[in-house]
Amino acid sequence: MRKMLLAALSRVLPGPAAAAAAGRTASRVMVASRNYADFANEATFEIKKCDLHRLEEGPSTTAVMTREEGLHYYKTMQTIRRMELKSDQLYKQKIIRGFCHLYDGQEACCVGLEVAIKPTDHVITAYRAHGFTYARGVPVREILAELTGRKGGCVKGKGGSMHMYTKNFYGGNGIVGAQVPLGAGIALACKYFGKNEVCLTLYGDGAANQGQIFETYNMAALWKLPCVFICENNRYGMGTSVERAAASTDYYKRGDFIPGLRVDGMDVLCVREAAKFATEHCRAGKGPIVMELQTYRYHGHSMSDPGISYRTREEIQEVRSKSDPITLLKDRMINNNLASIEELKEIDVAVRKEIEEAAQFATTDPEPPLEELGNHIYYNEPPFEVRGPNQWIKYKSVS
Amino acid sequence: FPAPSGRVRAGRRLPSPGGVTARRGLARLGVAPQVTVRDALNQALDEELERDERVFLLGEEVAQYDGAYKVRGLRGQEDHRHMGFTGIAVGAAMAGLRPVCEFMTFNFSMQAIDQVINSAAKTCYMSAGAIPVPIVFRGPNGASAGVAAQHSQCFAAWYGHCPGLKVVSPWSSEDAKGLLKAAIRDDNPVVMLENELLYGVPFEMSEQAQSKDFVVPIGKAKIEREGTHVTLVSHSRPVGHCLEAAAVLAKEGVECEVINLRTIRPMDIETVEASVIKTNHLVTVEGGWPQFGVGAEICARIMEGSAFNYLDAPAVRVTGADVPMPYAKILEDNCIPQVKDIIFAVKKTLNI
Repeated sequence: MRKMLLAALSRVLPGPAAAAAAGRTASRVMVASRNYADFANEATFEIKKCDLHRLEEGPSTTAVMTREEGLHYYKTMQTIRRMELKSDQLYKQKIIRGFCHLYDGQEACCVGLEVAIKPTDHVITAYRAHGFTYARGVPVREILAELTGRKGGCVKGKGGSMHMYTKNFYGGNGIVGAQVPLGAGIALACKYFGKNEVCLTLYGDGAANQGQIFETYNMAALWKLPCVFICENNRYGMGTSVERAAASTDYYKRGDFIPGLRVDGMDVLCVREAAKFATEHCRAGKGPIVMELQTYRYHGHSMSDPGISYRTREEIQEVRSKSDPITLLKDRMINNNLASIEELKEIDVAVRKEIEEAAQFATTDPEPPLEELGNHIYYNEPPFEVRGPNQWIKYKSVS
Repeated sequence: FPAPSGRVRAGRRLPSPGGVTARRGLARLGVAPQVTVRDALNQALDEELERDERVFLLGEEVAQYDGAYKVRGLRGQEDHRHMGFTGIAVGAAMAGLRPVCEFMTFNFSMQAIDQVINSAAKTCYMSAGAIPVPIVFRGPNGASAGVAAQHSQCFAAWYGHCPGLKVVSPWSSEDAKGLLKAAIRDDNPVVMLENELLYGVPFEMSEQAQSKDFVVPIGKAKIEREGTHVTLVSHSRPVGHCLEAAAVLAKEGVECEVINLRTIRPMDIETVEASVIKTNHLVTVEGGWPQFGVGAEICARIMEGSAFNYLDAPAVRVTGADVPMPYAKILEDNCIPQVKDIIFAVKKTLNI
């Protein structure tokens, strides 16, 4: 009864503008009179059943989410969303150059995956990598500063958008599909070292038709590598829709002899449960598994693609209104009393602030010193000289 | 690790028959034993596999065929999954293993070259040193005998072009063993360009070279023969041809200094310069094609450095013929730099 009353009251609260004008006193008063003990601790959700390939059973069709988990997923996805939108802005201002492939719309994938695995597991993906970079632990300011090519970037400005790395995260890879054999190699190392770790190896629907992926499927299956192959199917490989690109769009079945699941990639809980299931499979020594995450990107392929020549604005709008991963989570949390609208709004405000500060850093931090040009050619090597544009210009290379 | 079935296998290895016992026997007699390049490579692999458990082999036919050319790895039936297994090897290196990745021949590496260059060579730089790639790519390079155009290309110039890689090219058994050990111990991607025709050739191996810690430093050339009239710079099999040419020329009073580059990148141009300053004449010898080749690089660097002022004649290159390799023996023989071609070039340079 009290829950319903509070829910009703929270809907009567003034809208954002008024609340801001009122200095949020109204909501603060509401919050003060409302005990956090009034929120549910957790809730159980029905999630979409996965399509299965060569599997007797799949992931659970119910998922339990605690309030704490929900807030964490929300904050993380929102941070990625705003970070990508900020990148869009900075790119249009020409402060970010070169390639920029944005992840907004796909947040449930990288977040659902990250919360299902351990920090000691490994992740490798292609060039639409900013979300994963953040999920794997690189702060927003270091991501943005890398995009703006500053010395405070996570790889000192040496890599840029497609080449960000951190512990147990192997990028960020620019050549379509090349990361897939790499991922199986990392899985091989996992098996070799025997520490029960797995490697999530991601690729898109475009890459899914590549030969090296099938070569990799073969070897991963032969050697039972603990490799979770994950196809992020966002329906378009650059400007080519999956129907025009693939003889079979059942990407979860393309591993043939490798079992597979097709997952709703817009639902963070679906992704989480599927990833738990898949990593279990690998850790149990059963060999590789394929996961297809059905997802969507709001932006075009990259910043040089408006994204509307091969799909309609209506389609994009429809996904936004019906399947947005953040909205989905938000509604679930509100409707199950895991959080209040105000609370989530507060998170939004905090996220915006963080992104603004990060962008401020990314636009004011100095570019790397010229000396950096020659460094890190080799690892663990005594310093040597590197040739510049002519024989008289030399740079020192330190490891 | 997985049972030795299937053509591609990652695994530790069994020692090669004969190599170890023969070696020790002769040493006791006080005779420097003759060891083939193949056995020298196998010794290196055995020793490094034993020394560091992170080292493992990956390639075609490494498992039961005992290697295509009976060096662990290589050939048997054609099994072209190069892009895949090369990428797997590179990924394993990124995650802390130390793979030795074999190509049946470097011609097949073209299918996998994206992994060698974009994944292996560049990652340390792009990650600002966060992700080293301690991998060795090895296999036969260049012309063989009668294997025709698609199986005879030399890749020294292609790989030597790329920063982030180290590229070595052994000639003798000591080179082979010492460079392979150095390559495996190096924390960077190393391309080792061997030569199929050298695998069965025996060379003397000194006492020192038989030690488990014998390593030939990467980036240092070796003067195989001292001389005063002309500098011959070469790598791989043509080093032998240079020495033969030098022997013939010596009878005519021309003393050649023969330099075995051993490493293509980083190239030891200082040794070449010091030699040219002494001899005033330079002839480069390589198996690869002339355009944009190793010799071209040497000539350019000599022009840029102190040795230029000591040249009494333009530097000269002896290379493979600028054609895809033909099959017929007479044609093939004339596409590879022969001893007579080297002698001719020396005489032209010296104007004799």
